[in-house]
Amino acid sequence: MSLVELHAIHKSFGELEVLKGIDLAIDEGQVIALIGKSGSGKSTLLRTINGLEQIDSGVIMVGGNKISERDTDLLALRLQVGMVFQQFNLFPHYTALENVMLSPQVVKKQSKVEAKEIAEEMLAKVGLADKMMHYPDQLSGGQQQRVAIARALAMKPKVLLCDEVTSALDPELVNEVLAVVRKLAEEGMTLVMVTHEMRFAREVCDKLVFMHQGRIHETGDPEEVFSNPKTSELASFVGGLA
Amino acid sequence: MAYEFDFGAIVPHWKLLFDGVILTTELTVIGAVVGVGFGIMGAWARASRAPVISQIVGIYVELIRNTPFLVQLFFIFFGLPALGVKLTEFQAAVLAMIVNLGVYSTEIIRAGIQAVPQGQIEAAQSLAMNRLQIFRYVVILPALKKIWPALSSQIVIVMLGSSVCSQIAAEELTFGANYIQAINFRAFEVYFIVTGIYLVMSILLRMSLKVLGNYLFERRRHV
Repeated sequence: MSLVELHAIHKSFGELEVLKGIDLAIDEGQVIALIGKSGSGKSTLLRTINGLEQIDSGVIMVGGNKISERDTDLLALRLQVGMVFQQFNLFPHYTALENVMLSPQVVKKQSKVEAKEIAEEMLAKVGLADKMMHYPDQLSGGQQQRVAIARALAMKPKVLLCDEVTSALDPELVNEVLAVVRKLAEEGMTLVMVTHEMRFAREVCDKLVFMHQGRIHETGDPEEVFSNPKTSELASFVGGLA
Repeated sequence: MAYEFDFGAIVPHWKLLFDGVILTTELTVIGAVVGVGFGIMGAWARASRAPVISQIVGIYVELIRNTPFLVQLFFIFFGLPALGVKLTEFQAAVLAMIVNLGVYSTEIIRAGIQAVPQGQIEAAQSLAMNRLQIFRYVVILPALKKIWPALSSQIVIVMLGSSVCSQIAAEELTFGANYIQAINFRAFEVYFIVTGIYLVMSILLRMSLKVLGNYLFERRRHV
């Protein structure tokens, strides 16, 4: 049984059908990259996995349990599936440490001491032990994104979704964030990432999923997919990047 | 014959004005605290996913915003007793101010809530926070910070509007002034002084709200 299973997921925004029947299984410890042109549905797909987008039809299973759209189910889902965003989305009125501590305290009802211990551990993990007392606007983009990763990790999710986590960063800040993601992958964290960092995807991911016009167009081992694209769409997508 | 100014004529009645200032202050403080409290709840309801709740609050907001404060006050004080709800002048005045500020602050605070970036709400959702937790920990403080100047102005407006409560004989500042000029006919002097008092009270209120805002939104580490 896979950790997360998506079956026949359909999603439309008004007239526009963005996801046209997606099947995807995410196994524990797997690192999956979703790639494709903008508008191909990859971000929407990612956002359905933790219920930020409601699906029109299909089934999402996490740990063998079917997720409905009831609030209690959504909260249970999100306890298992963390997410990091392109725009970091830190809470501006809290320090880095407080950002990381907030949800363990209010959602998991951990004590302040416990939450702080975990938060410090996570911030150290992303290399920000010395920035804990800083507010988001006192941190660089790369540092903010690393705080956001620590914040997601503090909830001990089984899967971490990364939505173009380096796209809003200046080029020189991209690597510090990718290094953290790479470390997570090496530690066995299950990751699903929408990314434009093809070299990174090729080096770090176990599975590549190429989305095209709302469907999974091609999928497989990154090395194989990149060097031997079976469809002309993927060939032109990969070629266009080179 | 030219009018001879006699500000001294007001002095014997200083206690009336003093008591009026106290009552106006009480009305304002209670009206502001409870009214803004209702405003926060109203804004929460307006942002609610349940359209019925949002619409009920919406209708209520439009009802109050589009009718005069004086009429609302008369309705509460003279009208409600027909339903068996008898209130003292003070109670009626406070209630009218709460209702009024509650409605205006609902709309102001709602604007602040809408200005909180959707991404932060999504981040909080992704951290498995429920709607109330998101509102309390993520939304309300940045929202209030954004609209604090507008909310402060509205509170000052409501304080000045409390002068209308003299019309149901709530013994606030304007009531004191009306009473004094009815005794000694020194309308110019007494209203001149009362204008000054309102001016000073407004300035003090604005300053207090600024200090309160600085305190509320100051960067304070919680750990």
